[in-house]
Amino acid sequence: MADLTKTRAGQAGQPGRAGPPGQEGTGRLAQVRSGLRAYRLISAMWIRSLMAYRLSFVMSALGNFAVTAFDFAAILLMFSQVDRLGGYALAEVAFLYGASCTAFGLADLALGSMDRLGRRVRDGTLDTLLVRPAPVLAQVAADRFGLHRLGRLTQGALVLTYALVVLDIDWAPLKVLMVPLMLVSGAGIFAAVFMAGAAFQFVAQDAAEVQNAFTYGGTTLLQYPPTVFAKDLVRGVTFVLPLAFVNWLPALYVLGRPYPLDLPVWTAFAPPPVAVACLALAGLAWRAGLRSYRSTGS
Amino acid sequence: MKGMRVRAGRFRLYAAVAEGGFRRYATYRIATAAGVFTNTAFGLILAYTYIALWDERPGLGGYDQAQAVTFVWLGQGLLTVMALMGGGFEGELIERIRTGDIAVDLYRPADLQAWWLASDLGRALFQLLGRGIVPMAVGALVFDLALPADPLRWLAFLLAVALGALVSFGLRFLVALCAFWLLDGAGITQVVMLAGTFFSGMLLPLNVFPGALGDLARALPWSALLQVPADVFLGTHTGLGLLRTYAFQLGWAAALLTAGRLLQAAATRRVVVQGG
Repeated sequence: MADLTKTRAGQAGQPGRAGPPGQEGTGRLAQVRSGLRAYRLISAMWIRSLMAYRLSFVMSALGNFAVTAFDFAAILLMFSQVDRLGGYALAEVAFLYGASCTAFGLADLALGSMDRLGRRVRDGTLDTLLVRPAPVLAQVAADRFGLHRLGRLTQGALVLTYALVVLDIDWAPLKVLMVPLMLVSGAGIFAAVFMAGAAFQFVAQDAAEVQNAFTYGGTTLLQYPPTVFAKDLVRGVTFVLPLAFVNWLPALYVLGRPYPLDLPVWTAFAPPPVAVACLALAGLAWRAGLRSYRSTGS
Repeated sequence: MKGMRVRAGRFRLYAAVAEGGFRRYATYRIATAAGVFTNTAFGLILAYTYIALWDERPGLGGYDQAQAVTFVWLGQGLLTVMALMGGGFEGELIERIRTGDIAVDLYRPADLQAWWLASDLGRALFQLLGRGIVPMAVGALVFDLALPADPLRWLAFLLAVALGALVSFGLRFLVALCAFWLLDGAGITQVVMLAGTFFSGMLLPLNVFPGALGDLARALPWSALLQVPADVFLGTHTGLGLLRTYAFQLGWAAALLTAGRLLQAAATRRVVVQGG
């Protein structure tokens, strides 16, 4: 019954959307605008559909909050036994944790549904998205938009606030600026990981779970200070998959802590260009994946 | 004579159901490989955090560092076996209750609980082989693990895992049956999953939990899923202590399975089939 309502809502949402302009000359900007518009309309439709079962929504948002809060509970339990972990105090780890979870939460809220792509490829329902007059990326990203993911975002933001209150930081203007910059760029980097993961699912299909190692695994890794991990692992997440730019480098700048791998201090300001580069690469990967798509034909 | 033949037939039936459960999960090889990859990645991350913790407090909870790291890999290996984060039969059973397909199941000349138990044990066996061995092997390659040298202890561990799988089923069967009253089982599934993550030792070994919280966690059934098998593996329980541990697991398994039977009886008496 629930599914039926949702399908109906899906169909009802469709005709209301104006098709993109037919002319090619309007350029990239118009394309982006039509993509964002499609994303907004489709996600708004899913939110309306979610709100039809309000109690269920509240429960799943609370559940989402609690699941992520457990990661922090583990850290609190660890600190019930020790005063420092890898040389970092609880408030500092909370800062890293809050930054990682908030950045990830933003990306997860916007693009978290993309991990359903493998299923759509498998059962052939991706075809319906291909024939609609809206960018496929926007449709896939907004598909079954999960507002309950606000739970994770809220939890991360609360821990970040706690850390900012408790920490004794000498706030220079650059450090103040660094916090929002870190969250936005970090969300960008995680968004690129989600997109690349979705592109991978065109090829891998059943292997959807692999991307969890980089998304959920990535945010778990970043919750702890880099001093905890082996050098090679830190090198890998700095130079190969640049997760270190999500929170480690900018947060260590704010905390005034030494950098891993003897990296120069200016790397703290690298996250925005790194995020842009990651998104561009992920966009290319997405395009290659979409081009390689062959329908199931059934 | 006739009774024995019936019993043998029953056994063959449930063995076939268990085999089906095994094969069903064995079919998705790429998904299994992907799961192994993810478990291994998480194992690596968590192992380093445990090393940092035990660097700070050597001997915390009675484990040395090698034992603590071994605990991480045991957790990753048993995660799907015990369906700690869901993914067992319960979602399917809840869906059958919600849609009313359960009526067909109740018509079958087989017991509902035994049927799903057999199928779930088949699944657990596959997950143990398919998703347990490789992460453990990778862990042993990268880190110094406390692997038992005594083959008997490996057997003792396998028995603890089997008993843990029974407790895990008992818990999830109760959860699934709640759908008879709630129809939407998502909420309770999530709550129980949360409890399972917290109280099984998946979040952190229970012997690291402070004071009364630790005592409570060790007494709850979820500790039978990961903490107890891990402790048997690490050699914490031997001799009489080992028997006491098994008794603890058996006690919870018996209590939960009995509660499952009672709830099943109550549910089938009151069932109004959905979807008519």
